[in-house]
Amino acid sequence: MNTVTLTVKKQPELYLECENVNPDAFAGKKAADIAKLGAYQGKETSTLGDFFTISGDAGATAADTKIVVNGDCTKMKYLGAKMTAGEMVVNSACDMYTGSWMKGGKLTVNGDVHSFCGLAMAGGEFTINGNAGNYLGAAYRGDWRGMSGGVLRVKGNAGSDVCSFMIGGTLIVEGDVDIHLGTHMEGGKIILKGNANRRVGGQLVKGEIYVFGKINVMMPGYKPVGEQEMDVDGTKATFVDYIGDLGERHPKRKGETVYGHLYMKK
Amino acid sequence: MSEFIIKNGHVFDPVQGIKGDKKDICVKDGKVVDKVGSSAKTIDATGKTVMAGALDIHAHVAGPKVNAGRWYRPEDKHFDSHKKAGITRIEGGKSIPTVFKTGYEYARMGFTFAMEAAMPPLYARHVHEEIHDTPIIDEGALPVFGNNWFIMEYLKNQEIENTAAYIAWILRQTKGYGIKCVNPGGTEAWAWGLNCLTIHDPVPYFDITPGEIVTGLMKANEYLGLPHSFHVHQNDLGNPGNYKTTLDTLKLAEGIKAQNTFGREQVLHSTHLQFHSYKGTNWGDFESASKEVMDYVNKQKNITFDTGNVTLDETTTMTADGPFEHHLHGLNHLKWFNVDVELETAAGIVPYIYDPNISGCAKQWAIGLELALFAKDPMRCFITTDHPNAGPFTRYPRVYAWLMSKKYRDERLNTFKNADKVIAGTHLAGIDKELSLYEFACMTRAGPAKALGLAKDFGGLKAGMNADIAIYNINPDKFPSAGAEIEKAFANVAYLFKDGKICVEGGKVVDMGKKHTFWVDAKVPENKQVMHDIREKFLRYYSVNENNYPVPESYAPHQHIITVDATKA
Repeated sequence: MNTVTLTVKKQPELYLECENVNPDAFAGKKAADIAKLGAYQGKETSTLGDFFTISGDAGATAADTKIVVNGDCTKMKYLGAKMTAGEMVVNSACDMYTGSWMKGGKLTVNGDVHSFCGLAMAGGEFTINGNAGNYLGAAYRGDWRGMSGGVLRVKGNAGSDVCSFMIGGTLIVEGDVDIHLGTHMEGGKIILKGNANRRVGGQLVKGEIYVFGKINVMMPGYKPVGEQEMDVDGTKATFVDYIGDLGERHPKRKGETVYGHLYMKK
Repeated sequence: MSEFIIKNGHVFDPVQGIKGDKKDICVKDGKVVDKVGSSAKTIDATGKTVMAGALDIHAHVAGPKVNAGRWYRPEDKHFDSHKKAGITRIEGGKSIPTVFKTGYEYARMGFTFAMEAAMPPLYARHVHEEIHDTPIIDEGALPVFGNNWFIMEYLKNQEIENTAAYIAWILRQTKGYGIKCVNPGGTEAWAWGLNCLTIHDPVPYFDITPGEIVTGLMKANEYLGLPHSFHVHQNDLGNPGNYKTTLDTLKLAEGIKAQNTFGREQVLHSTHLQFHSYKGTNWGDFESASKEVMDYVNKQKNITFDTGNVTLDETTTMTADGPFEHHLHGLNHLKWFNVDVELETAAGIVPYIYDPNISGCAKQWAIGLELALFAKDPMRCFITTDHPNAGPFTRYPRVYAWLMSKKYRDERLNTFKNADKVIAGTHLAGIDKELSLYEFACMTRAGPAKALGLAKDFGGLKAGMNADIAIYNINPDKFPSAGAEIEKAFANVAYLFKDGKICVEGGKVVDMGKKHTFWVDAKVPENKQVMHDIREKFLRYYSVNENNYPVPESYAPHQHIITVDATKA
């Protein structure tokens, strides 16, 4: 696997849209060609070479390409967005849309990410070794197709509206989240190791939410149906099983209504 | 103005019966002429197809419902918003494009006219604002009447004269073009949580049936002698088994004669007929009824229709058929928008994905194509996608390719996930017909122009007609065999002339032209009763003052007014 290293040499005045910083865009290119790839700042186009020092050539395919980004990326959007394979490590905090529409490969951010990251993620591994903002793993504004696959892990806290419209995949938040976790969920799995504020699983149709800590105010549409001993992300514990959201429509399978599940650690 | 001579092109013009002969077309001062001077600019159309500019008889391209679709679907343009090089602005949106993209894309496909298919009279100003901002193409808008309180009250008492006087008043207030009717009575019934699924279901409170509304509006249309006929979206749209209601509605036109000075022969235009040609009792045993419907339409000379072809895309459905949109939301659970327009109409919006893996969607696709292929008179069948309901209008080139190439459509048909089921439930596999360029010119040019009452100036290339001309990179002697090639040629004209000016060259927009807003000013005898009723309704019910209702001229500064005089009738 070839490694391409990007080091920030100039800060954008506005925000830089790094739609071309991912293994797919780099694949098969030499450092000099990568420097010529476009990047929008507001309505103006510049090149990656204007903002980054680039060293190393990419591999022949995305899968053979690793990208390391160093320097302050707090004003960089779309890092690793739409990547399908390969590896990418960002040693900084990043702005919006990081890892969004990701289909495969491995993306690691050693820092915080802003809102709308991991949007509609469909596959791969996305690890945030920091905190995440709002709408993590959610659907794009107006869309009804949120995270559908892959594993998204946040070591710190996440904001509100996390995994709205989730339909598949796994989200693990090791810290706390704010309001509206898993709203409109129709599949997938959310594991929250810390606490949640309010409105967890509102209008949830299908899917599973595991909460290790406390929920500040529980939704009225959830009903306890028993307890289960489970191994969740390496932790063995007893969970109380709630079904819901009872105020929402639920599909039927073999004559049985399929509910979503909210598991609260005892 | 400059003069042009388009040389050596294969000309297709149903108005003059020209079927691909090599012929020079001369253009002077915005008109087609017999000859031009030696200084005329020569356009070499050798190996190309030359036709009049196309007319879209039914599309939802401007107004409050289209705009509501835009703002509630930001995801529709998130990945599809770009600036092309040249004089064009940013073009955003797929199924609900911006007004700019709407104008550019129509022009690139060779269109010079589009009819906005449903204008709520109360929000006519918004419609005209968007029409005014849509570049290049001429447009008109059809106000909706099928659930209007005035209309239902007058028609209940069979007062055709009062109905006509009210319609004339609305056309003038809204700068409207003709009479559109959506789910007659059903949309008003929706205000009671009900619907009208046959032409005999009474409308609550008003105690009138859809059949009576349809007949009354047809008669009022002919009383006024409007350029276009009564234009109907029938009851029970989109439901298996609805073809019986469709035939019941079409039969109402029997015995009614077209009265007008525009050369229009039909008294009823049935829009997006695909959605109304379904057999079966549910989506499991759903089948095509295109044969039953077309057997009737083919022999009934006073009916025209447009297809409403499903394009198998993700799109945004939007219609004044409020109850239907609620029903659709119940099927796909996607976001639903609903609005009631006071005494006049309503509207709903729901995103929809015509998934080729679902046999129902694939059958809808087949039915739309069958209607055009079964049509015996191409002058009465027009190709549409009921944009954006069955698919975005930008997919017309693909629909044309499916109709012109059996190989291309069979490739699609045979690779459906449930191909066996689709083939068994439709007729398409057994149809060998491939649409000719001449028939295509009828269905997209001369036919719609005649049905809209615009045949004198539009839809043909006879000397004296408007110089709206599309030149395609298609050599009829070496017609492209690959579907993708046909699509490409229809999506990017070699040249588009609008009012004698080149607006598109090599698929690229080079001039914004001078668009016109078409509307119809109908003169009727003074009618004190109707004027009194209008005053009273505004005082008692409307949320706006009567004086704030009309569309001022500043909203349609480039207007093309067609006048009709019904005072001597």
